[in-house]
Amino acid sequence: MISDKISLDEIVKAENIYKNFGKVEVLKGVTLRIKKGERVVVIGPSGSGKSTMLRCMNLLEEPTYGEVWLHENLLTPIDPYLHFDVIKLSSTFKKMKVEAITAGEEDSEKLDEKIILEIKKKDLLKKNEGKEYKLAIKDLYKKYSMNINKGRAKMGMVFQHFNLFNNLTVLENLTLAPVKLKLKTKEEAEEKAYALLKRIGLEDKANVYPSTLSGGQKQRIAIIRSLAMEPEVILFDEPTSALDPEMVGEVLELMKELAEEGMTMVVVTHEMGFAKEVATRVIFIDEGIIKEENTPKEFFESPKDERLKEFLSKVLM
Amino acid sequence: MKEFFLGVWEDFYSCFLENGSYMMYLKGLRNTIIMAILACIVGLIIGIVVTIIRVVPKKNKALVVLDKIANLYVTIIRGTPVVLQLFIGYFVIFAAVKTASFIGIKETAGIPVAAVVFGINSGAYMSEILRGGINAVDFGQMEAGRSLGLSWLQTFMRVVLPQSLKSAIPTMFNEFITLVKETSVAGYVGIVDLMKIQKYVTTQNAELYMPLLIIAAIYLIIVLGLQQIQKLIERRLMASDKR
Repeated sequence: MISDKISLDEIVKAENIYKNFGKVEVLKGVTLRIKKGERVVVIGPSGSGKSTMLRCMNLLEEPTYGEVWLHENLLTPIDPYLHFDVIKLSSTFKKMKVEAITAGEEDSEKLDEKIILEIKKKDLLKKNEGKEYKLAIKDLYKKYSMNINKGRAKMGMVFQHFNLFNNLTVLENLTLAPVKLKLKTKEEAEEKAYALLKRIGLEDKANVYPSTLSGGQKQRIAIIRSLAMEPEVILFDEPTSALDPEMVGEVLELMKELAEEGMTMVVVTHEMGFAKEVATRVIFIDEGIIKEENTPKEFFESPKDERLKEFLSKVLM
Repeated sequence: MKEFFLGVWEDFYSCFLENGSYMMYLKGLRNTIIMAILACIVGLIIGIVVTIIRVVPKKNKALVVLDKIANLYVTIIRGTPVVLQLFIGYFVIFAAVKTASFIGIKETAGIPVAAVVFGINSGAYMSEILRGGINAVDFGQMEAGRSLGLSWLQTFMRVVLPQSLKSAIPTMFNEFITLVKETSVAGYVGIVDLMKIQKYVTTQNAELYMPLLIIAAIYLIIVLGLQQIQKLIERRLMASDKR
């Protein structure tokens, strides 16, 4: 059971994430645990599910199955398949066990495990599994669940298309969330915003609207907008894919600076150079599962997965 | 030619200036404006609330039911004539309320009822207009707000709604203008609005065309004023578009 192995230095844990869009299975059981200070780069062909994976981590997409944890707080509903002792309380499990024993099998831990695995594999849990089971789920949820908005406030996100608030000035973009969520007073938030703007050399842009900025400026401001919330981890969803080539550098530069300062980052990108230089761990997602996961050196120099080899040969030309 | 203009002036004099008959127009105008402004406020509030109900993610059953009710409201209001709604509102739903006087003026007793009915009518159209504006706002704006920990409603009110208003302003003013002119049916339930004045003046002077012309001119002036306000607001909202 996951809640038993809470590790203090793991900030976000996405456990066994499945995501279906209608009948299309985009993610088929991906587990991603992010430790403090880690810089995880996720690569993969388009349509592989890597962006969906990232968006599932702060629940912009709700996983179909699986759980997302922020420290010891649960952000998703309970996924019973991840809690064996809850499955044991279900009427399906009890029925199957009785059947197995009458068929002559011995009552043991092993048998329990076998039945659980079968239930999990065939997705046998139904909506109505009895009172005991329902209570157990409710208890678990009560104990661990966290308001998603509180969770997201600790997880920054940077989007491919920047998504700065078009109706607000740069300064208002930076102060809106900290002030609205009462994390800072207006004065404190503005002070912080100016400090962040100064850091990226755009303090003269404080009172302009986003439409007057270049793509690179927009993305750097989007990055400091998430920094203004003082997050524990920042998720980057292809932050340089929508930029003119000459503006990619300034954004990557800022991201490298953050990395050097020890910011925990999860980056979905096609920038292999960035992955090699900055990542502590590189993950290859394809067809909705993690195909390879390794240190950047191992990952790029001796890839094992066939599909990854093919992918790298194409992108590293 | 001279005689024609003289005749027109004489008619105008007898229908507007003589014996202070302009006071009648002013009274009608006052009532029309009170109704229009109240209805506009009611319509805007209903419009925004109904729009929120219709676009909010349907997380629970209560919201689904509310959404159904909101859709029904829009369908019924848009599907029936405003005069009929006014009759139902005036003679059936609010029959008990309309006897009270309003803001201390006795003969305006029916005005708040009529204003609420017009507001309910306008709210349906307003919600359709706003919904269109909201759908035109990039979904990334909502996602960005949510990713920072803001709630749906916080992001909606502070980011999405203002942006949708900007694109919806021309159509919204179209609705305001329609609303002002639609109040002219209030005479059907005995409210002395601007349009109703024609009847009084015609009874007094046996003159038909002149009061109609005068009333037309007054409506036109109101609408021109609204158009100016629209331009002013549009110029203001353009600020975030400047390159």
